[in-house]
Amino acid sequence: MNEITSNSSTNAAHSDRIRVDLQLIADMIEPGTRVLDIGCGDGELLGYLTRTKKVDGRGLELSNEGVRNCVAQGLPVMQGDADRDLRDYPDGAFDYAILSQTLQATQRPKEVLSELLRIGTKAIVSFPNFGHWRARFDLMFRGRMPQNPNLPIMWYETPNIHFCTVLDFVALCKEMDLTIERSMVLNESGSKLSLGSQTRFSNFLGNQALFMLSK
Amino acid sequence: MSTATNTEKRPPLPGHHMVLGEMEKLRLDSGVEFGPFTLAYQTYGELNAEKSNAILVCHALTGDQYVADDVHPITGKEGWWSEIVGPGKIIDTDKYFVICSNVIGGCLGSTGPKEINPATGKPWGLDFPVITIADMVRAQTMLIDALGIDMLFAVIGGSMGGMQVLEWCKSYPERVYAAAPIATSFRHSAQNIAFHEVGRQAVMADPDWCGGNYLLEGKKPSRGLAVARMTAHITYLSQPALHRKFGRKLQNRGAITYSFDQDFQVESYLRHQGKSFVDRFDANSYLYITRAMDYFDLSLEYDGRLAEAFQGCKTRFCVVSFSSDWCFTTAESRIVAHALNAASCNVSCVEIESDKGHDAFLLDEPDFHMVLSGFIDGAAEGRGLK
Repeated sequence: MNEITSNSSTNAAHSDRIRVDLQLIADMIEPGTRVLDIGCGDGELLGYLTRTKKVDGRGLELSNEGVRNCVAQGLPVMQGDADRDLRDYPDGAFDYAILSQTLQATQRPKEVLSELLRIGTKAIVSFPNFGHWRARFDLMFRGRMPQNPNLPIMWYETPNIHFCTVLDFVALCKEMDLTIERSMVLNESGSKLSLGSQTRFSNFLGNQALFMLSK
Repeated sequence: MSTATNTEKRPPLPGHHMVLGEMEKLRLDSGVEFGPFTLAYQTYGELNAEKSNAILVCHALTGDQYVADDVHPITGKEGWWSEIVGPGKIIDTDKYFVICSNVIGGCLGSTGPKEINPATGKPWGLDFPVITIADMVRAQTMLIDALGIDMLFAVIGGSMGGMQVLEWCKSYPERVYAAAPIATSFRHSAQNIAFHEVGRQAVMADPDWCGGNYLLEGKKPSRGLAVARMTAHITYLSQPALHRKFGRKLQNRGAITYSFDQDFQVESYLRHQGKSFVDRFDANSYLYITRAMDYFDLSLEYDGRLAEAFQGCKTRFCVVSFSSDWCFTTAESRIVAHALNAASCNVSCVEIESDKGHDAFLLDEPDFHMVLSGFIDGAAEGRGLK
């Protein structure tokens, strides 16, 4: 999926170093809670949460290789995908359901979001922001689909099928009557931007968006 | 059951033999109160002082208790899972106390149809009660009790062994810390029952089967049992694996012979498989054990709602399937994993890419070994085993 440049200075305080956007997610999670990481990849976040926050963590991952690597690290991970397999989890089974950099690759983002908040008390969702100025620049002046370190894959090969902007996402949350508990955007170097309620600026400057939602 | 009531009798085959069900009989699913009976078993490694490092390895249909012996007493080969079990291996016998018992109804020292029925002084034959996977597991719990172990660190097994693993977790979840059901299912498919029926009919059609009384008659239904094994063996392999190994290559000849001789290498291979099987396995045991697998359906008593079988189960699961296994498919493993999820169990589920078919779980599959080893190590950490 999308690659994000790590900002190592953010993690310097931890013995473990994980990707900066994952670190921001990890910082939102209370220790000792039940966590489902959907699209957990090689288990970077899940492993970190298990080691440092003693969470009761589970993962769901599409790729064979990812699942194998996770299980080989002793992490409990199921092979499956967000569109099809979330319905197998019981209501309220987790305190947090995390969907990191995966929403834009799902067939039915709206259904997936509502599944997240059925399974988890809180949902943490991150996605690449298509409203970022560089994406707008690419479309406006180059007339081409955006391609950058954050969206490195050509349009015909990308697994991403449902791009949205920060404003789109906020509108969807409103439509679905979801509460946005926390939100933040990251700029291109991976630093957190604190723009508070200035959503339009966030939408323009943020490369990645990160939301914590509840019902 | 206390250890004092169990006596070790002189073994006809190397290894341990425990007489069980003397005080309290084994209540079989068929309603029969059975016992006393013997389970033959092997152990490897040492049980620690806390009795927290025991791993029960459950064998497949035609497996036995010699899981990690250097020399199998009958075949002369290594134990069937020597790839996995042994000092420094994935199931490390320097660290864990490994137990593998020959199932009840088996033919390598456990009470089964070829043993003497004390009531008649003759081999049981078809008078042996029909057994189920749950009966096998119930018998194993008596052995584990007798060994003084309250909770097994892990129960691990493939194929029929995997069925036993699932049965353990359904019936005795508080006694299993971690479980690895491998290349298995929560119920035997119609296709598998069909293949088993072909095998059983082959055995029964052999005139030397003598209505199941071949031991009394001094005969052996070798041809029927060999055909049963040949059929079953095909279901354990994949098309690509068979093709890679044999293709249409001819056996010790330059051209086809226009006869029913074994022209093709694959024919010769299957005949060899059938022949070597009859040397080590009892035909009636084969009938009973295949029947036990056919009857297995963990969802039956829950009206098909498998998740209910695992309600409240705290066991950690690692469900493994192999991509080319058409005997126990990944789809079946996924049903198990989804049911475990629905019951909020701690479950990992992984499909290993392999073209070796069902037999892959017995073979050198590095990805599988990596997964199993990671799972066991992770569970050991959780259990506080150093």
